[in-house]
Amino acid sequence: MSAGRGGARVALAGWGWRHSGRSGWSLRGVDLVVEPGERVLLLGASGAGKSTLLHAMAGLTGDSGAVSGDEEGRLLVDGGPAGAARGSVALVSQDPETQLVMARSGDDVAFGPENLGVERAEIWARVRSALEEVGFGYGLDRPTAALSGGEKQRLVLAGALAMRPRLLLLDEPTANLDRGGAERVRRVLGHLLRSAEATMVLVEHRVAEAVGGASAGEAGEAVAALVDRVVVVEPGGGVIADGAPSAVFADQGAALAAQGVWVPGREPRPRVRPTARPGPAVIEAADCTARAPGGAGPLGAPGAEVLHGVDAAVHAGVATALTGPNGAGKSTLLGLLAGLDAPRGGTVVPRGRLAETSTRPLASWPARRLARHVGTVFQHAEDQFVTGRVRDELAFAPRRAGLGPRATQRRVDELLGRLRLTGLAEVHPFTLSGGEKRRLSVATALSSGASHAPDVLLLDEPTFGQDTRTWADLVELLAELRSDGRAVVAATHDPVLLDRFADVEVGLKGGYAVAPAARTRAGAALAAGERSAGSDGADGGSGGDRGSRPGGPGTADDRTSETGGGRGGAPCRSRSERSGRRRG
Amino acid sequence: MSTAGAPRGAGPVGAPARRRRAAEVDAPPRGRQPGGGPHDGSAADRPPETEDDHGAPDSRSGGLPRRAWLPRADPAGKLMAAVLVTAGLIPVVDPVTSGIVLAAGLALLPFAGLDRARMLALGGPLVLMGASIGFVNLVFGEEGPVAALGAAVRLLAIALPSLLAAVTSDPTDMADSLVQRLRMPERPAIAVLAALRLVPLLFEQWRTLGRARRARGLDAGGNPARAAAIFAGKAFALLVRSIRTGILLAMAMDARGFAGGPRSHARLSAWRARDTALVASAAAVLGGAHAVSAAVGTWAPLTF
Repeated sequence: MSAGRGGARVALAGWGWRHSGRSGWSLRGVDLVVEPGERVLLLGASGAGKSTLLHAMAGLTGDSGAVSGDEEGRLLVDGGPAGAARGSVALVSQDPETQLVMARSGDDVAFGPENLGVERAEIWARVRSALEEVGFGYGLDRPTAALSGGEKQRLVLAGALAMRPRLLLLDEPTANLDRGGAERVRRVLGHLLRSAEATMVLVEHRVAEAVGGASAGEAGEAVAALVDRVVVVEPGGGVIADGAPSAVFADQGAALAAQGVWVPGREPRPRVRPTARPGPAVIEAADCTARAPGGAGPLGAPGAEVLHGVDAAVHAGVATALTGPNGAGKSTLLGLLAGLDAPRGGTVVPRGRLAETSTRPLASWPARRLARHVGTVFQHAEDQFVTGRVRDELAFAPRRAGLGPRATQRRVDELLGRLRLTGLAEVHPFTLSGGEKRRLSVATALSSGASHAPDVLLLDEPTFGQDTRTWADLVELLAELRSDGRAVVAATHDPVLLDRFADVEVGLKGGYAVAPAARTRAGAALAAGERSAGSDGADGGSGGDRGSRPGGPGTADDRTSETGGGRGGAPCRSRSERSGRRRG
Repeated sequence: MSTAGAPRGAGPVGAPARRRRAAEVDAPPRGRQPGGGPHDGSAADRPPETEDDHGAPDSRSGGLPRRAWLPRADPAGKLMAAVLVTAGLIPVVDPVTSGIVLAAGLALLPFAGLDRARMLALGGPLVLMGASIGFVNLVFGEEGPVAALGAAVRLLAIALPSLLAAVTSDPTDMADSLVQRLRMPERPAIAVLAALRLVPLLFEQWRTLGRARRARGLDAGGNPARAAAIFAGKAFALLVRSIRTGILLAMAMDARGFAGGPRSHARLSAWRARDTALVASAAAVLGGAHAVSAAVGTWAPLTF
């Protein structure tokens, strides 16, 4: 087995860590012993210092380490300070983009062994066996830039295995991946966890998804099959639960869930009013093609086409989810619908209430008008912050809209309260935690709306990395907006969000919209309504073919089923599908 | 054995006299180069797909015509040749010496494996640069048209070899070669390589920041002051993001043992006879150019 040489023993006694420049401790009083060969799942609310603990075990927090701060207590790996035995510990983190070092795949896997001074012949033997172990399907010369997210992460894993570590630390290795990519990484991990000799510590935020259980019970079992032990840490504290997975989840599941920890079977159940009646379309994209941004400079290759003729409609009072693997064009389509980018071909135009403002294509709207009616929340919340204070961030749009100081103040206070940010009004947005940043970015989008929110709110992976409390806050807020008749669109691969909130799922695959599916009765009603309304030309003149399609408007009863709703008057279809029908 | 592959007696770049430098790089490689040497035996020594012993183009330069040997030459050799030309042309200002060297540089173009688009993108600015230098010297200089032509040709003759060395070398090979042949410090070289990987990411982030500002209702709308303010905001946000990305990458590299201790080399930069020949030819062309110029009486040293 490539993670050979047995497992390391990790012992922490009264261990604590405080990041430099912070007043509070990330973790304190941690007492924990991990025996050689044990597989431990580390859980905790977001901000509980799980990653910090892994970094410390990896020896990154020492005097010369990359992470600086104050340490107390003792942390020993194999009886010595962490990081003393170079190469005995390997770490795999969330984002493969910031873990790959070399331009070619084989060279990247070889990087760790090179640093350990392994002999050349041995290096390439290790590289080959590590790549085989993670199921890497390309040659050693494959440029790392040409790999998908999942492939990159498997390459990172191979790089860790090639070091033959005694302690393997995995920090949410599947968090950044789409379903397919995560699935393959998980299979590799499952294999490693069962067969490797190394001690392993795994941090997973969304355990149920991480182990791939379809139902809660299954997820719990899958965790139990993968790890021997679950350890839960508390923000600013130490270990609050420790034991076999089933015991921890059974005894402390409720308490952990209340803290914001994702516990299999205890996913949050936000109070969400179901969609009453879907409203009319407010944005319509017809036959849109789009290219990825090309390489930089005059020598940059033009970007590949990522959307090939996609039709989509955004309806008032409906939650639309854009799903699909990474690179399928979700974010691109979201950008088109949000009026941030102009499509290469096709049109994105306002309809209904939105068209009362202007009927010009969304991409040509001036930014200020666009923000008032169409709000977008980016995946990285930080990208959107334009001022140095949380309060200014929220006052920015109202002030520019000409609201008086008092009215602005009222709006800001209302939003601060609504998104639990009141105590943080005076701090710099960049210093917020992940969940706080996410809530602030949503609040800024709401702040620019004409009547307390824009008509359409589009969000890119809004629930990514959030604990259950922020998750539930967000979903409840979005549901409120939906009830107010606003359109909500989210690009997401969060199955719980799809399950608890989305009315319509628009699946993208390879640049085409495939299998759009109604997920709620409202979504189905929308599909049905669209179909019968198809002939009035609401869908860019394609209504005619739809009516002539065999099994057209007559077979309304199949629409409530998922595929039926999708095939029918789906709010989104690909061009290929349509032209196929035309030919038929 | 891995470290035995590193050069022992290398270090010609810092050599005091140009003469000695030329002699040293001209000398036979003294058995310190592994690639292609008779003692460099087993195939297990190397990645199966990154080296070639049979003259077949390796996969990175795959798709190039056979005659495009420049991309396959050792980067250190190319760099040495370019440095040699630079050092040899700085002291002279006449158009004949530089012209001969420039002609030799241009003669290399067909072997560089550059497609037309690349050639234009690189050559355009170069020609423009030469022309403007020539023009400025002609109009404002006091030494007449010959000196102006000399200045232009000299600039092009110096720039072309360095440019060719840079664009025909894979960055990884360049780093390997600099570290193993020229004894450049290893860690900065690797750090630069890692940073290069992040450059496309930087462009992507810049674009995202622009879109995010539009989403917040901010666009310049033709107002230069507002455009400048937006630019400053984006630049700051990009700085924050890059620092964070840099820290994450540094952590990942540390976690993979980059922090200290002796390294071994997975790839050996393969010095071949043709690399020696390249450097020797550069020296020969340079010497020849000086000799011809002196013989026809145009040779003119740089004076202050």
